[in-house]
Amino acid sequence: MGSVVQNEIESAAPARWDQTPILSVEHLTMRFGGLVAVNDLSFNVGRGDITALIGPNGAGKTTVFNCVTGFYKPTEGRTAMRHGAGLQAGAIEEVTRSDLRYKESSQGSVYLLERMPDFEISQRAKVARTFQNIRLFGGMTALENLLVAQHNPLMIASLFTIGGIFGVPGYKKAEKQAIEKAKYWLEQVRLTDRADDPAADLPYGAQRRLEIARAMCTDPLLLCLDEPAAGLNPRESHELNELLQFIRETHGTSILLIEHDMGVVMEISDHVIVLDYGVKISDGDALHVKSDPRVIAAYLGVDDEAEIDVPEIKHDLEEVVEEAEELAAADRPKAKPKKTRPAAKASADKPVAKKAEAPAASEIKIKNAADFPGRQPHGTKKPGPAGPDSLTRIKGIGPANEKKLNTLGIWRFDQIAAWKAPEVDWVGAWLAFPGRIQREQWVKQAKTLAKGRETAFSKRVDKGEVPTSKTRKPRSGGKGGKP
Amino acid sequence: MATRSVPLSSARDDDRLANSLRDAAIAALMVFALGFFFLGVRTDIAPGGLALTFRWGLLFSAVAIVFAGRLLLNLFVFKTSTPVTSRLADTFSGAGSSFAGLGKWLARALLIFAIVLPFFFTYFFPSKDRQYIDLAILIMTYIMLGWGLNIVVGLAGLLDLGYVAFYAVGAYSFALLAQNFGFGFWMALPLAGLLAAFWGVILGFPVLRLRGDYLAIVTLAFGEIIRVVLLNWYEFTNGPDGISGIPRPTLFGLEFSRGEGGFADFFGIPYDSIHRFIYLYYIIFVLAIITNLVTIRLRKLPVGRAWEALREDEIACRSLGINTTNTKLTAFSIGAMFGGFAGSFFATRQGFISPESFTFLESAIILAIVVLGGLGSQIGVVIASVVMIGGIEMLRNLGFLQHVFGDGFDPTQYRMLIFGLAMVLIMVWRPRGLITTREPTAVLKEKKRIGADMVAQGEGH
Repeated sequence: MGSVVQNEIESAAPARWDQTPILSVEHLTMRFGGLVAVNDLSFNVGRGDITALIGPNGAGKTTVFNCVTGFYKPTEGRTAMRHGAGLQAGAIEEVTRSDLRYKESSQGSVYLLERMPDFEISQRAKVARTFQNIRLFGGMTALENLLVAQHNPLMIASLFTIGGIFGVPGYKKAEKQAIEKAKYWLEQVRLTDRADDPAADLPYGAQRRLEIARAMCTDPLLLCLDEPAAGLNPRESHELNELLQFIRETHGTSILLIEHDMGVVMEISDHVIVLDYGVKISDGDALHVKSDPRVIAAYLGVDDEAEIDVPEIKHDLEEVVEEAEELAAADRPKAKPKKTRPAAKASADKPVAKKAEAPAASEIKIKNAADFPGRQPHGTKKPGPAGPDSLTRIKGIGPANEKKLNTLGIWRFDQIAAWKAPEVDWVGAWLAFPGRIQREQWVKQAKTLAKGRETAFSKRVDKGEVPTSKTRKPRSGGKGGKP
Repeated sequence: MATRSVPLSSARDDDRLANSLRDAAIAALMVFALGFFFLGVRTDIAPGGLALTFRWGLLFSAVAIVFAGRLLLNLFVFKTSTPVTSRLADTFSGAGSSFAGLGKWLARALLIFAIVLPFFFTYFFPSKDRQYIDLAILIMTYIMLGWGLNIVVGLAGLLDLGYVAFYAVGAYSFALLAQNFGFGFWMALPLAGLLAAFWGVILGFPVLRLRGDYLAIVTLAFGEIIRVVLLNWYEFTNGPDGISGIPRPTLFGLEFSRGEGGFADFFGIPYDSIHRFIYLYYIIFVLAIITNLVTIRLRKLPVGRAWEALREDEIACRSLGINTTNTKLTAFSIGAMFGGFAGSFFATRQGFISPESFTFLESAIILAIVVLGGLGSQIGVVIASVVMIGGIEMLRNLGFLQHVFGDGFDPTQYRMLIFGLAMVLIMVWRPRGLITTREPTAVLKEKKRIGADMVAQGEGH
């Protein structure tokens, strides 16, 4: 997976985040029983960067977060947190080989987060987090919330409670400092006036800000925010951007955030990582990711357009649809990244493709058909007497993919139902999302639909619940992707 | 509008009356059906077998009372828009806020009264002073136990149904140390506390991962295990026979006994058995005050805030670097330690202990005190203890009821019934306990009390 990205990054100078990462996630895999939530994921979070983790719903973003912050123990993989500059590869290897959890020294410290319990990750490795559904201490005041966050330094100052009971002067001083720090953060999130109100009493936006302030009170080097802009209005979301910039600039805290709000992501992120089905599909700066066809395909493939309520992606989506129409006119695809396919593999697959071409050669000629692994499926220039089926009734096929399939001469369910593994591989590669056809079981769905039966998804389509899909009888013309 | 509303409201009134009558009739019918065999028919032993005597008068007076009572309740409380009890309800539901302001003064007044209490009783009730001071000692013991359990249940939010186990550990620790090694009360007291704290940690470990109902069940089981072990380990604990001859506490070596070298002799005052009771009272008073002061202090320390944060949200605690394992264990062990202190006081006061004193009912009473007083509230525990323990004892003196129900009526047998009813009523009116507001532990500008609806109750509630 992600070979394109790697190739591109390796061909250019290494990106900033690969040179001085604060956090390296390597080959992270998380399985829940049979479900693979995150599969062999690797990425770096640059020191002082704002890094965004995006992806469609269920892509595994929060799972990655929970693995990084110790709430899940990953099935496989290594998560290394570094204090101090440089890659510190030697130290990381040394700790990995030993059965230590971390190594601290004056030059720099390394922490293997997957070996540490959750509280130690916050306490020692200095990784703080917030939650998708806000988790404040509702019955405690805003000030108390920020004091709880300073538990560990205060605990030491109170000589682990014993000194505190007898009122050692050191503790009084430490508590005063803690309140000062809380005051500072309350000012930064504009909650000074509500300091003595219970957290549950605050409005939603204020609760989000308070949760960030609380996380910052643990003095983190890496702040992980799980959808900080969820439920905020545009003004609040703008203020959030400013707060995050402020945190990064004034406190030097690196930020890793999960976000659906592309406005936040594109505006402030230095580095964006895109996940889909637990696999990294793109990695780079905001511009790079925005124009990555895999990202667009991932967002396109989402069955429910309500999940892509993101103007940038919608815009990109329209572009792709137009492009597909051009393709249909030109009768052959272009703008397909050639680097996706290792040449050796393609040539190895060639004989298979040739042999199979004999029984059902496609009426559609694709010039570089042989560059893709597997075999081009049989396609017809005309939909046939019954007219085309609405391919979008298959879960995973959106309007743009339907267009592309039509350009291949694929019009009806029975055509897809006839695909075997080589065809599936070929189409997957041609549509630039290998593996998704198997995962979404297009062929199985097509078999059901070809027999005139319904799938759970097609029923939803027919009820009009899926705006990206057309109901039973498609429009005659091939105009645009929007119904 | 006015013309239309009049017939409407009168129609509603007719409706109300009819409904109320019907409801009262149904209730009366039910009383008749149920009461027929219990009240209406009486079997007497007669020559040659049993004879039935019918008591129609009694049955129909019961039916009439229920009918009239139900009808009145329907008309004035249940089926009216302006129930006569609404003002009562307002007074009660507003009580939290007025208590809050009163709390401080109430606490001070109670403290002063508690300090002079033995002299108050010896001066004003010289004939009954021993009985009242003994009752005060009992109430004070439960106050201390309530404060100890409040740490676990009220602050850390961990429902503990087996708190009496630590009370038992404290009592048996002292009794066994005294019996086997000749320890005095003051020597054994800290050891008993430590041992109870140790058992608190022992209980804490298995329940660390448990939540909700499961936590409650395991703590309940733990309490029973301790009691059953005490009951069956005959060689060590003397089983159901218990341990007697537990030494009385001494005042710097002075015993409260008649004759040479005793307290009275040393100070040159005439011997009176009440001295020992006054001394015992002050011991438990000081122990309870220490428990209270330590708890108040702990609340404002990081560990106390961590307990409350744990009650609010455990996952958030972990994300902030709080070791929840240690935090829970400290709550269990500190709570247990105070239970242990109270236990060794209990042993020295009674002079005899047996597993019978440490049944589940004790745990339930202590928990009821904490819940009734309001989780996390110190003054609430005091009020609840006085009401519950003092109330139960006071119900023994219901002699006036004999005038109502005749000489054969034994009021002490009904005290638990009355007590249960009172509990139900209080919980209906104030479901979150008497004192429900939470006081913040740190203030920036203005201290605002936090309403009970904001505060989480923790696990197992």
